[in-house]
Amino acid sequence: MAANIVYREIANKRATWALLALCGLFIVAGAGAHLTMEHYGHVITGMDNRIVWGLPHVFAVFLIVAASGALNVASTASVFGKSIYKPLAPLSGLLSLALLAGGLTVLMLDLGRPDRIIVAATQYNFKSVFAWNVFLYTGFFTIVGAYLWMMMERRMNAYAKHLGAAAFIWRLVLTTGTGSIFGFLVARQAYQSAVLAPTFIAFSLSYGTAIYLLTLAGACAIDDRPLGDAIVGRLKNLLATFVAASLYLVAVLHLTNLYFTRNHGVENFILRDGGIFTGLFWIGQVGIGSVLPLIFLLAPGVTRARVLLASVAVVIGGFCQMYVTIIGGQAWPLNLFPGFKVSSSFFDGEVHNYAPSIWEILLGLGGVALAIAIVILALRLLRFLPERLDDATLDPSHAALRPHPAESAHAQ
Amino acid sequence: MSEETTPDAAAVRDPARRAFLGVSATAAAAAAGFVALAPGVRLMELAQAQSSYPAAGQFASSKIRWGMLIDTTKCATGCTDCVTACNKENAIEPGSGRPAQSSQWIRKIELTEQAGGHRELSLPMMCQHCANPPCVDVCPTGASFKRADGIVLVDRHICIGCRYCMMACPYQARSFVHEPLHDQNPEVPRGQGCVESCTLCVQRIDRGQGPACVEACTQAGHGAMIFGDLNDPAGEIAKRIATTASSQVRADLRLDPGVRYQGI
Repeated sequence: MAANIVYREIANKRATWALLALCGLFIVAGAGAHLTMEHYGHVITGMDNRIVWGLPHVFAVFLIVAASGALNVASTASVFGKSIYKPLAPLSGLLSLALLAGGLTVLMLDLGRPDRIIVAATQYNFKSVFAWNVFLYTGFFTIVGAYLWMMMERRMNAYAKHLGAAAFIWRLVLTTGTGSIFGFLVARQAYQSAVLAPTFIAFSLSYGTAIYLLTLAGACAIDDRPLGDAIVGRLKNLLATFVAASLYLVAVLHLTNLYFTRNHGVENFILRDGGIFTGLFWIGQVGIGSVLPLIFLLAPGVTRARVLLASVAVVIGGFCQMYVTIIGGQAWPLNLFPGFKVSSSFFDGEVHNYAPSIWEILLGLGGVALAIAIVILALRLLRFLPERLDDATLDPSHAALRPHPAESAHAQ
Repeated sequence: MSEETTPDAAAVRDPARRAFLGVSATAAAAAAGFVALAPGVRLMELAQAQSSYPAAGQFASSKIRWGMLIDTTKCATGCTDCVTACNKENAIEPGSGRPAQSSQWIRKIELTEQAGGHRELSLPMMCQHCANPPCVDVCPTGASFKRADGIVLVDRHICIGCRYCMMACPYQARSFVHEPLHDQNPEVPRGQGCVESCTLCVQRIDRGQGPACVEACTQAGHGAMIFGDLNDPAGEIAKRIATTASSQVRADLRLDPGVRYQGI
């Protein structure tokens, strides 16, 4: 890291405590929702035997996918050697751990038997993608934790690059695993695609970078720390690339599905006749989540406000995408008897409806609040963020890009 | 304080009293020991008594593959005798929530062919007890498992209620217990927050009987369901499958279900 960079805890006590209190409210509400669900059972939720994964999974999978993408900045610094990102790397690691913790908490508390979490941690069926994911998540915590330590402990700085490379590979595998949770479900027409795994990687890069941008801008705003245009500009370019890649892979996913006649039903459902799901796909995922950010990020005269608005749009689009993927994929009925019209007391052949309950909403928001609270608390207590992030301080890469005798003195 | 008031001193002076105290202490120790050991001894007795039952695995032999053949030409539209029998045997009652939140281990599907003469069919659908069950593949803890004799079950002790098996099952044969349960059949333990499905009435099979649904269908005179060992060439089910055209639902997935259908 550049020698002239000084890391400081966030000094604004009032703002941090106010934000923590707000997060605390949501965390308590989420915990209350969980306890209510555990007491009465999932009967009080909108989930049933047809939509078995509901809104908590939308929140959880979004957070987990975003977690691996949030590590992107750190990877760019240590794996790809872009030194301008180095001062931003600790926040990147912290954010990825916080998002993963928030997502896993929601996932865990939505289990039918969350009290048996010790069973999930000790009994494994190694054929299960879920069981692989348990290892991928714990491994991610360990590797990124160690990576943070190497970055923040001066004596260990030399090893940070290696840990960064390990974390980079691990997080690619992790998101492949998350995508494969769906990709391996051969019975579900909406999911049975190998394209889902790389698509989830693109989603993760896009969501993680957007959340990183918002966190960075938020943290700097709270503490009145200068944030240079150069770094925002670079993150803007990265975000635009990832959003475009996500959109491209979504197009590939649907076009390959459309190639197979047997999938026309489910594709027509998502793309044309699916009501809320079609709306969320075109307006939410494609419009707000992809096209709008691309315009905001790429149209001439881009401002910081536009970059941040684009980031918010990517997050909103991401939630819509998860909703369409997870709930929409289940709403479409399984086709047990091709060529027959079917009906049963268990709703065979019917498109299924889902309306999330307040408990699921509160549980999901509780997970988001937990992730935010972890970031705020860590920034308040530990030196994750440089005191200054203006262009002059983050000079080294500037110097590398446009060598300038006056700036070379700041180089690493 | 006088010397006589000290019990030990009194015991020393009075051998009879000393003996009495000794016997009392021994008796108390023996009683305590009995209280402590009795449950263990009782457990051992029970364990030994149970050893007269068939040894574990005797019925669940891999030489057997339990299966079912359903003749859809005999299955009447609207008849739910099999469903009623299943619910009674396994103490499954409609829940207090929406119908989609209640457990259905077996359901009747009514089919109308889209082409031709719009042929109508009716058939029961339940866990197909696949030889290659996707639910077992995806279960993270191994709670979903296949017994040696082909019956696919859920170990209610290690099911964490993640519902991944429900996502993976192509037959939508699994239900999640959405609320607290009452009046369970002690032989069929179920639990809130766990996933469950047709067990082929494993408790009856282990007693040498067939599934309740098959029994009800036969007793009502429909004869649309046959249960038996698919591996036994002399058995009725194997003979019927050998001589009559039968099909597997979603045969394209190559799961090799233990439940076969005739007349689809």
